[in-house]
Amino acid sequence: MTLRFDIPRENFADILVKAFTNRSFLAGFVITVLVAAVAIVSFFWTPFDVTRLIIADKTQAPSPAHWFGTDHFGRDILSMIMVGARNSIAVALVAVGIGMGIGVPLGAFAAARGGIVDEAVMRLNDLVFAFPALLSAIMITAIFGPGALNAIIAIGIFNIPVFARVARAGALAIWPREFILAARAAGKGRTLITLEHVLPNIVTLLLVQGTIQFALGILAEAGLSYVGLGTQPPMPSWGRMLFDAQTRMVAAPWMAIFPGMAIVVTVLGLNLLGDGIADILDPKSRRQR
Amino acid sequence: MSLLEIEKLSLSIGDTPILRDVELSVAPGEVMGLVGESGSGKSITALTVMQLLPWAARATGRVTFDGIDILAASEDQMCALRGDDIGMVFQEPMTALNPVKTIGEQVAEGIRWHTRASRADAEDRARKMLDRVGLPAAQFPLSRYPHELSGGQRQRVVIAIACALKPKLLIADEPTTALDVVLQAQILDLLRDLVAENRMGLLLISHDLAVVTEMADRITIVRHGEVMETGDTARTLSEQLHPYTRQLAQASMHVPARARTHEVGLDNPLGAKPLLQVDSVTRDYPGRRKSLLKRAAPIRAVDDVSFSIDPGQSVALVGRSGCGKSTLARMVLALDGPTSGTIRFRGQDIVGKSEAELKPARRDMQVVFQDPYGSFDPRQKVEKLVAEPLHVLEKKPTNGERREMVAKALHEVGLSPRDMDKYPHEFSGGQRQRLSIARAIITRPKLVVADEPVSALDVSIRAQVLDLFAELNQKLGIAYLFITHDLTVARAITDAVMVMHDGKIVERGKTSEVLDHPQSEAAKALVAAAPDLHRAIARRLQEQG
Repeated sequence: MTLRFDIPRENFADILVKAFTNRSFLAGFVITVLVAAVAIVSFFWTPFDVTRLIIADKTQAPSPAHWFGTDHFGRDILSMIMVGARNSIAVALVAVGIGMGIGVPLGAFAAARGGIVDEAVMRLNDLVFAFPALLSAIMITAIFGPGALNAIIAIGIFNIPVFARVARAGALAIWPREFILAARAAGKGRTLITLEHVLPNIVTLLLVQGTIQFALGILAEAGLSYVGLGTQPPMPSWGRMLFDAQTRMVAAPWMAIFPGMAIVVTVLGLNLLGDGIADILDPKSRRQR
Repeated sequence: MSLLEIEKLSLSIGDTPILRDVELSVAPGEVMGLVGESGSGKSITALTVMQLLPWAARATGRVTFDGIDILAASEDQMCALRGDDIGMVFQEPMTALNPVKTIGEQVAEGIRWHTRASRADAEDRARKMLDRVGLPAAQFPLSRYPHELSGGQRQRVVIAIACALKPKLLIADEPTTALDVVLQAQILDLLRDLVAENRMGLLLISHDLAVVTEMADRITIVRHGEVMETGDTARTLSEQLHPYTRQLAQASMHVPARARTHEVGLDNPLGAKPLLQVDSVTRDYPGRRKSLLKRAAPIRAVDDVSFSIDPGQSVALVGRSGCGKSTLARMVLALDGPTSGTIRFRGQDIVGKSEAELKPARRDMQVVFQDPYGSFDPRQKVEKLVAEPLHVLEKKPTNGERREMVAKALHEVGLSPRDMDKYPHEFSGGQRQRLSIARAIITRPKLVVADEPVSALDVSIRAQVLDLFAELNQKLGIAYLFITHDLTVARAITDAVMVMHDGKIVERGKTSEVLDHPQSEAAKALVAAAPDLHRAIARRLQEQG
C-alpha cells in the first residue's frame, strides 16, 4: 500500500519574501551593499588621487570641492575613505573568516569529543589567547615582513580562540539536550550530529560574535597600521586615518569624524545584517500561513 | 468571611483574552483545588493574586485578600504582602532556588526583610522552619547549597521559604509535578499539616485530579480561562454534573482497550526467542574526586539486573526517581555501556560495539523521550526530524520515498502529512509527543523504549497518547519497555512490570498482580503513594459520612 499525499513545500521565494520584510535585515543589507559598492567603485574612480600630496590644500574644512575636507598632506578625505574601505573591510572580513573557519570546527570538535581531547584543544587555545593580538602580530610580521596580508593572518590567528571558545560553550549547552540523544539513538555519529543539530543551533551566537570580531578587526588593523605593521603608506586605511587625526582633533575634527563614521556605519550595517540573518534562520520567526 | 475572594476577574494580555469572569474564594484553613489543563489560566490566576503579572496584562474585576483590594494595591503594599501574608511554592524545585546562596540565607532572607529581625534571629527562625519541613539540623545545616540537595529536599526548602512567616494564604502551583509519587505523597502530607497547624488557606493548583481530590476541601475546575464548575470536592467529583468535569475524571481513569495481551512471564520465555535479553548488567559511575589521586568509591547506578522481553510484549519498569531506570534504558538503547554484564538484542550482543556494527540493532530499536519540548531540534522541520532514524537503513531512501515514509508515519500517529513542513514549535505538547512516536515507528522497530512518555502531558492528551501506544502495539506488534513512576500508566498498557529500587530489580511479575498485591517494600511504597481518583473520592465520601 502506498499513500499519496500532496504536500506544499516552502520554496526559495518564501525565504526571500521573509528576508525583505525583515527590517533589520533590509537596513543591514542596504548599508553593507553600499559600503561594498563604495569599495568597488574606488578601484575605478575616486574624486581625487589619494597618492598625490598637495601641501597647499592641507587641512581644509569640508567644502563643495572636498566634501569631507582634506588631511594634513592635502589629500581628499572622501577619496581616502573610499580606498581605505577596501583595506579595512578586506582585512577584517578575512580575519573573521580565518577565525571562524578554524575556530568553530575546533570548538565544536572539542565539545563533541570531550575529555582529554577537549582539554588539549582548549589549553592550546589559551596559549594563543595569552599573547595579545598586537604582540603576535609583531612576532608574525617580524618573521614575514610588514604588510596587509600578514596583518590579516595575525588578526585571524588571534580570532581563532575567540570563536573556538564561543563555539564550544554553545555546543556544550546543546549536547545534553534530548534531541541529541534521539539523534544518537537513530545511529548518527558525532560529526553528523554536530553538522545537523549542533551548528544550526549556535549559528546566532556565532553571527553575533562575528560582527563584534569584525569591528575589533578594523580596530586591530588600525592599531597595526599605526605601529607601521599593517597597510603600508601610501595606501590609506580607516584606522591609519584615525590615528593620523588624533593629534589634530581640535584643528581639523573632520579628519577624525569621517573615518570614524565610516567604521561606525560599516559595523552597524554588519550588526543589523547579522541580526537579520539570525532572525530569518530562526524557525520561530517564520510567517504564519 | 473568605480570606481570598476573586470576583468577575477578567484578564487579557495584549489583545488575547486569558481569563473570563473567574470567581474563586479561599477561606482560612481551607484547601481550594484549582484544576485545569495547560493553558487554562490556572497559573495566571495565581500570579494575579500575587500581582506578578506580565507587564502587558490588563485585569478587571475584584480580587480581595484579607480586606485589601489587590488590583488597586500599590507595588509597595504588594511587596509587604508577598512572602509575608501570601506565600508561593513553584513547580520546579531545580530552578526556584538561587544556586549561589545557602539554603539558610534563602530562608532567612524573607524573614529579615519583612520583620527587620537581626541576622541571628532570622537564622534561628529559619532553622526552626527547616526542622519543621523535615530537614533536620544534623544532616541539613543552614550552610548547605541547593545543588547538594535532591529534588524533594529542595521543594521542602521552597516550602520553608514560603511558610517561614506563617502566611495566611499559601499558593502552591503544581508543587509536586516534578517529583516522583513517593516524594509527592510526602510533600502533600507536609502541606496538609502546615495548613492544619496555622489555619492557613491553601490554593493548590494542579492538572492532576487525583492529587487535588486527596487534598482539597473544595475544587474549582477551569477551562480556557473560564470556571466550569466549583464546589465541594467529593460531591463535585462523585456527581460529575458538568460535562467537562466528567470528561476530566474519565480521562484521569482512562484505560486503553487492548484486545490481546501478552501473557508470558518475565523469566521464562516460552516458545519464541526473547527480543531483548539483559544479563546481570551493572553500571558504575566514578565517585567524586576527593583529591588529586583519590576518588570516592564508585556509585553503582544499576546493580546486577537481568530480564528479558519477548516480541510484542509490553513491560513497565517502575521506580522512584534516581533508582537507575533511565541509566538502564540508555544501556538497552546502546547509548551508554554497562560496566559489566551482557545485553542481547535479537540474539546479537550490543555491548561495546561500534556505531557501524550497531546499525542493524538500531533499526529495530527506537526511543520516545519524556519531554515533548526538548526532544526535537528547534531548527529543523518535522520532515527531517521524523526521518532521522532512516539514517540507519541500509539503502538510503530517495527524497520522494523519504517524504512518503514520513507522511505515512504521521498518518499513523494521527497527524496530517501536511504537518511535515512545520517546525516543532508550531505544535502543542500532545502533538509533539505524537511526532516523537512517529519518529520512533518510522523504521518499523521491534522494540520501543519509552522514558516517561506521558508524564509531561495533560490528562485528556495523556489518554489519547496511551491509546495510540496501545493501538500501535496491537497493529504493528511493537514491544515496549515503559519507564515510569506513574503506576496508572503501567497498569493501563503493560503486561508485566518490574520494580526497581537502588539499582536493583526488587520485584517483577504480571502487572495486575504486582500492583494489586505488592510484596517488596519499594513496590508497597509506590502503590501506597500513587494518587488514585477512585480511592480518593471514596475516602472523601466516607469522611463526610
